[in-house]
Amino acid sequence: MNFDFSDDQKSLKDQARKFLSEKAGAKVTRGVLDNAAVSFDETLWRSVAEMGWLGAAIPEEHGGLGLGRLELCVLAEELGRAAAPIPFSSTVYLFAEALMLAGSDAQKAAHLPKVAAGDTIGCFATSEGPGLATPSSIETTFSGGVLNGVKIPVTDGDCAHYAVVTAKEGAGVSLVLVDLTQAGVTRTTLKTLDPTRGHAKLEFKNAKAERLGAAGQGWELAEAVLDRAAVLIAFEQVGGSQACMEMALDYAKSRYAFSRPIGSFQAIKHKLADMYVAIEVARSNAYYGAWALSTEAAELPFAAAASRVAASDAYYLCSKENIQTHGGMGFTWEVDCHLFFRRAKLLAVQAGAPAVWKEKLVKRLEQKNAA
Amino acid sequence: MDFNDTPEEAKFRAEARAFLEANCKPKQAENDRMSRSLKPEEYMKAAKVYQKKKAEAGFAGITWAKEQGGRGLPPIYSVIFNQEEAKFDAPSGVFSIGLGMCVPTVIAFASDEIKNRYVAKSLQGEEIWCQLFSEPGAGSDVAASKTKAVRDGDDWIVNGQKVWTTGAHFSDFGIVLARTNPDVEKHKGLTMFIVDMKAPGVEVRPIHQMSGGRDFNEVYFTDVRIKDSHRLGETGMGWNVALVTLMNERLAVGGSYGPDYKEIFEFARGINSPTSDGPLIKNEAFRQKLADWIVRAEGYKLTKFRTMTALSKGQMPGPENAIGKVINANQMMDIGNTAIEAQDHYGIINDPELAALEGAFHQSYMFAPGLRIAGGTDEILKNIIAERVLGLPQDQRADKGIAFKDLPTGR
Repeated sequence: MNFDFSDDQKSLKDQARKFLSEKAGAKVTRGVLDNAAVSFDETLWRSVAEMGWLGAAIPEEHGGLGLGRLELCVLAEELGRAAAPIPFSSTVYLFAEALMLAGSDAQKAAHLPKVAAGDTIGCFATSEGPGLATPSSIETTFSGGVLNGVKIPVTDGDCAHYAVVTAKEGAGVSLVLVDLTQAGVTRTTLKTLDPTRGHAKLEFKNAKAERLGAAGQGWELAEAVLDRAAVLIAFEQVGGSQACMEMALDYAKSRYAFSRPIGSFQAIKHKLADMYVAIEVARSNAYYGAWALSTEAAELPFAAAASRVAASDAYYLCSKENIQTHGGMGFTWEVDCHLFFRRAKLLAVQAGAPAVWKEKLVKRLEQKNAA
Repeated sequence: MDFNDTPEEAKFRAEARAFLEANCKPKQAENDRMSRSLKPEEYMKAAKVYQKKKAEAGFAGITWAKEQGGRGLPPIYSVIFNQEEAKFDAPSGVFSIGLGMCVPTVIAFASDEIKNRYVAKSLQGEEIWCQLFSEPGAGSDVAASKTKAVRDGDDWIVNGQKVWTTGAHFSDFGIVLARTNPDVEKHKGLTMFIVDMKAPGVEVRPIHQMSGGRDFNEVYFTDVRIKDSHRLGETGMGWNVALVTLMNERLAVGGSYGPDYKEIFEFARGINSPTSDGPLIKNEAFRQKLADWIVRAEGYKLTKFRTMTALSKGQMPGPENAIGKVINANQMMDIGNTAIEAQDHYGIINDPELAALEGAFHQSYMFAPGLRIAGGTDEILKNIIAERVLGLPQDQRADKGIAFKDLPTGR
């Protein structure tokens, strides 16, 4: 039994934490929050590219470091802990994963090196309005090499150069790669709960596009991309949950009420113990997801859903109870609690809401037991 | 990251498996327990025979030092044996308190003479132990024990009452925490002893639990004589001895106590939903709850894998059992509750011939309240996580610097 990261992976994690504590953190995240004109921190993005993180899991032949998904998991946790205001998850977990999963050799060669270098920002667009998108609800169409329709909201859609979108092609759904810098694309910036990440409405009017993977296979491919991303996002969520718990702990030890540290009151202790339990449950599920992702195990769909449900729950709990532990201070703009409370909600709904993944999880349990 | 054994672990697992195949019946179903089909005295006999075989084959006291009859292996090997044993219907529960908690304490604190008298016999399954800590006025606050031991020549004379003593009715010996000095602070006036459960003045009265079972007891001590040679540790140091016992409790990795998500999933495929057309498994609200149970059960199982990884690297077990109990006891109650309510009025029927899973959901519903309390209440376990894992300050205490005899006690 070796259900843990290797020493090399742990050392990568330590390096990442050190790097992010210098280059990222609340100050950098607030820089984006307070400036409506920017949708991500360009300096941090460049630094992350120079460190090779964007190409960590991209093969060397395509300009990446050719490390594994486990290394990406380790980085994801640290990026989540820092609530980093960069389009990392959109570009790396969704866009690049979609290319690696479904792209032709030519598509990979054209795009992956630019992703690894930090020159291409990518995003992944499925939502077309409130509620769950399904193969029959999709109205965006792809036909004759052009794309028409509307995707809303698209995380990082305001800064991305390319998008991978789901679109109807004939009777089926395909995955389509589209250049967002062309004339056929209109972007409208959206106001969201988490302004530390950019969001847009994307309108396609005869935008030139190309298919990713086989025609009519788009729904299955999108599901496979989301399963992969779910595991990686779960690590960001675990990192964010951990950051919230540590903030709450620090405060509970140093803040006095009734002449004693508030952390000596059981009501506060039990709150923190609940956070700890939720994080450990999420972390263990995420480890299983990481194992399944890195070994391409048949268990990936089940493990991904479990990772996502556990991590979304943990982050919600930890981010709200962190505010509560901070009392009135926690409700102020100046204290960082709300940065995580915002990010927790974005990550919870970005790749399908927890309820959706709970349903997927049960469906996958049924499939496992049908055989 | 992989789920495989190291070559040494695999070899040990194969040995364990061969031993178990030769000596036990494989479980047909998760709920198989030979304790159900055998009378208590028959079960006890079978348990003793099995324990002797285990000891002879080197599968008892796996982590114990060789000079104590053990095998001197790291804790991971114990976990491996337990994993394999769980696949068989082995009568193994009887000795867990003695070998898991009491005898390791004896080994740590007793003289060689006493160790020679007790350790081997316990390992061979000839003698059974119980742990006498809790009292009617000292549950979560074990150090508030009032049971009194007074020195009389070479003996101590013990008077008082213990409660919630698992297995006292079939135990030969116990370790008992007693007050030897009421004039000092409560943690400083305690002493631990080995007590002969058959000695004059020891009276065991079974407790009838709300679940219907009778696993626990009240134990009364009336002028019970214990030789000073049977003292464990220094006089007045009983609290430190008790902490060692409680630490050993952590090494025991708990199994499942009742139906989990897999059982209620199967159940839900077979019965109609009370609120929507079709089987319960198609009911949306039920599916959302089921998902929560899956992630928590899997999360705890996988947390144990992380513990095993730490153990196989030679580290000591951490607080993950505290997590497990907080998760499991509540989840077990929720699952039982949901299975019962899902059957509407019929759900009240608790007759094994009529109820789903032979009444296993009802059993767990009625046993879970005890599980939330036994071995530390949920609240105490959360305190343990908060204080020992997260480093939060201890609760403010009303008993610091006050002699035990002057402490307010309430009812």
